[in-house]
Amino acid sequence: MAKSTRKGYAGVAVAVPVTVPYVRYSTHGAHWFLGQVLAEMLRQSGIAKDDIDGLCVSSFSLAPDTAVGLTQHLGLSPRWLDHLPLGGACGVVAVRRAARAIQAGDAEVVACVAGDTNHVDSFRASLGSFSLFARDATYPYGSGGPNAMFAFITAHYMRTYGARREDFGRICVAQRDNALATPYAMFKKALTQAEYMAARMIADPIHLFDCVMPCAGAEGVLVMSEARARDLGLPHARLLAATERHNAYREDPIMVRGGWAMDRDDLYGQAGVRPADIDLLQFYDDYPVIVMMQYEDLGFCAKGEGPAFVQSHDLTRAGSLPTNTSGGQLSAGQAGAAGGYIGLTETVRQLSGLAEGRAVAEARLGLVSGFGMVTYDRCLCTGALILAAAD
Amino acid sequence: MRLPMQRPPRKNPMLRTRAPTLPPWGRSRVALGLTAAAAVGRFDLQQCADCGALQYPPREACHVCLSARLPWKPQNGAGMLLSETTLHHSNDLFFRERLPWRLGLVRLDSGPTLMVHLPDCTPPAPAPVRVDVRLDRAGQAVLLGLPIKEIEHMNDDRVLREMGCDPKFRKVLVTDGKTAVGQALVKALAGAGADLIWVGHAEPWKKLPGLAELSALPQVTLVPLDLTSAKSVTELAGEVAGKVDIVINNAEVHRTHGIATRRGVDAARAEMDINYFGLLRLAQEFGPALKGRGADGAASAVAWVNLLSIYALSNYPPHGTYAASKAAALSLAQCLRAEMRPAGIRVVNVFPGPIDDDWNQLLPPPKLAPASVAQAIVKALRDGVEDVYPGDVAQEWLARWRDNPKVLERELAAGEG
Repeated sequence: MAKSTRKGYAGVAVAVPVTVPYVRYSTHGAHWFLGQVLAEMLRQSGIAKDDIDGLCVSSFSLAPDTAVGLTQHLGLSPRWLDHLPLGGACGVVAVRRAARAIQAGDAEVVACVAGDTNHVDSFRASLGSFSLFARDATYPYGSGGPNAMFAFITAHYMRTYGARREDFGRICVAQRDNALATPYAMFKKALTQAEYMAARMIADPIHLFDCVMPCAGAEGVLVMSEARARDLGLPHARLLAATERHNAYREDPIMVRGGWAMDRDDLYGQAGVRPADIDLLQFYDDYPVIVMMQYEDLGFCAKGEGPAFVQSHDLTRAGSLPTNTSGGQLSAGQAGAAGGYIGLTETVRQLSGLAEGRAVAEARLGLVSGFGMVTYDRCLCTGALILAAAD
Repeated sequence: MRLPMQRPPRKNPMLRTRAPTLPPWGRSRVALGLTAAAAVGRFDLQQCADCGALQYPPREACHVCLSARLPWKPQNGAGMLLSETTLHHSNDLFFRERLPWRLGLVRLDSGPTLMVHLPDCTPPAPAPVRVDVRLDRAGQAVLLGLPIKEIEHMNDDRVLREMGCDPKFRKVLVTDGKTAVGQALVKALAGAGADLIWVGHAEPWKKLPGLAELSALPQVTLVPLDLTSAKSVTELAGEVAGKVDIVINNAEVHRTHGIATRRGVDAARAEMDINYFGLLRLAQEFGPALKGRGADGAASAVAWVNLLSIYALSNYPPHGTYAASKAAALSLAQCLRAEMRPAGIRVVNVFPGPIDDDWNQLLPPPKLAPASVAQAIVKALRDGVEDVYPGDVAQEWLARWRDNPKVLERELAAGEG
């Protein structure tokens, strides 16, 4: 495996994973959700608000504010501030960049938060203004949101690699099983393979249970040095590796792989581990085809072997390769930008003894991926983290 | 869907007429370049003037070399349909009323990947297709993936019919049946499958040549219509406005004067009274009725056609007052287009060069045969384009006007028509 030439992430801890419980609709604004996640982090950690000297914010519904407006709204005076409009990759990228701030001494405690509200008409209203390319070249075509584009990608993947709906069903059914023990999951009713197959069609071949449900909520973690986490007595995970990549494989006429494949040697090289060493996976799951692609692109199987891979593995918490152990967005819901953090908070919980009734036995190494921003015909942002339990 | 389409059933007058909805019409300024080309029936994409790379979606900088020189260039549309889907859900009212709706992802042989609407007649993915552009009901350009070879009755496909203004099974008003163009139009519309054609004539007591032949056509009804009379327009609107799907305003007065060749304003006033105020009277009476029926089933109200003149773009001094009246009509037609847009009614402006009639006797050929103007109008309706410049003279003037309107003005002033 190629040795990474970049500086490592040694000494960085990720702690205090917080989820503001998801609700389908809320009359609150994004500021409320981001305020609540920060308040809960302070409450759980005992850290004073003024000791937060770094802030990284992601939200789709914060407008007209950005991260800086939030500092005044919440009464913070950080010396390091970032705003990441990277959707489903924001959690992975936030931790990667916050870790660099910690290592450089630019900040000592960075609060990485993401949250969104969801009003009854929010989702529809957001589609037409999501990106310049979406407004000009996708929204006028049926206005189906990302469903249409991922239907193209799914149909093409199925035809090219022989995947069947049943294979995607394995992923969705296992994630629902995982969600049954997750307090904040929107879906708490078991899903059978037969129910998955019988679901109504949304955008052929995507059916109802292939789609995430938009909701309101917030997620966050604190990034600090391991020494600081130990001093404060905070359960935490150690950061071993982090990558981000944007607009990868831009010459591919249709998405068949994500930027993870471009950077995976770097990722595992930084951590000094192999895919087989990973105990649990939190793959970004806007649609099951993307989960399947990540088994391939992150090196768990070869390109095109995803369908056979999910058939031969039990993806539930007690299974041979626990994946999306909280239920992921497919079963917990997609709380806007917080969807980019759901795998991060879950991994930190699993690795630091905070997963309560749903802990994966003897979990030491976890991989978190991010995938965000369908500005036109694919998601542009990809990234991944490898986290380890503290010694 | 089965082609050809069957005659739509008679409307049940007890049922509510659906209010028109539009597909999303917001576009960036740069993307309107696609619409500008589609308005004249051309599929253009931006092509980098420095490195040749094609751009899509429309851009402000070349995605290869970052050049800002990205002129729009015509495309042949050859490509491969890589994948497709059929939407069974949409968040948008327009599409929600038209589900299921088929979409495709096409890679052009020339490079870019495009999202397209797919008519039912396009073969399933993967398949070679031809990408073309149409104006949608909002009047904005959208791309379509079409079969490589034109198939019979393709325009009857519901997606293509949604984009176009095909006169087939529609009811049309032609405002003046006494002119050669008017009579050719009525015959062309009957040939194109129009359901009913009301043909206006201003002086019903006169037996004008050709009218008897027209009224012998089973689709045709002659109706009294004098565009100089508000009363006449109102009376006809009261009878037929609620049923008309396409208005074709071809009535015009054409005299061959500049400023100094005739004293007084009588001739110019007569031109304005028909060419400009006639359009205004007609639009005030028929416009609201068309707008109310923009979504009235498979044979809804769809289009308004104005017979203008290439002289509307730049004054031709030997026919100076006529040109001025056509310029006024063009400006009013732009206003009409804006007001009809929310109902999805397309306003088609026709800019012919000199037509081979009495008033152009002294102009040298080439002159347009009335039948050619009629065919150009029917084709424009079928293709759903918005601006038509029929004939070689019109095309040449247009090219000169686009190149440099001031140079054209000087050439026309020097008698270089």
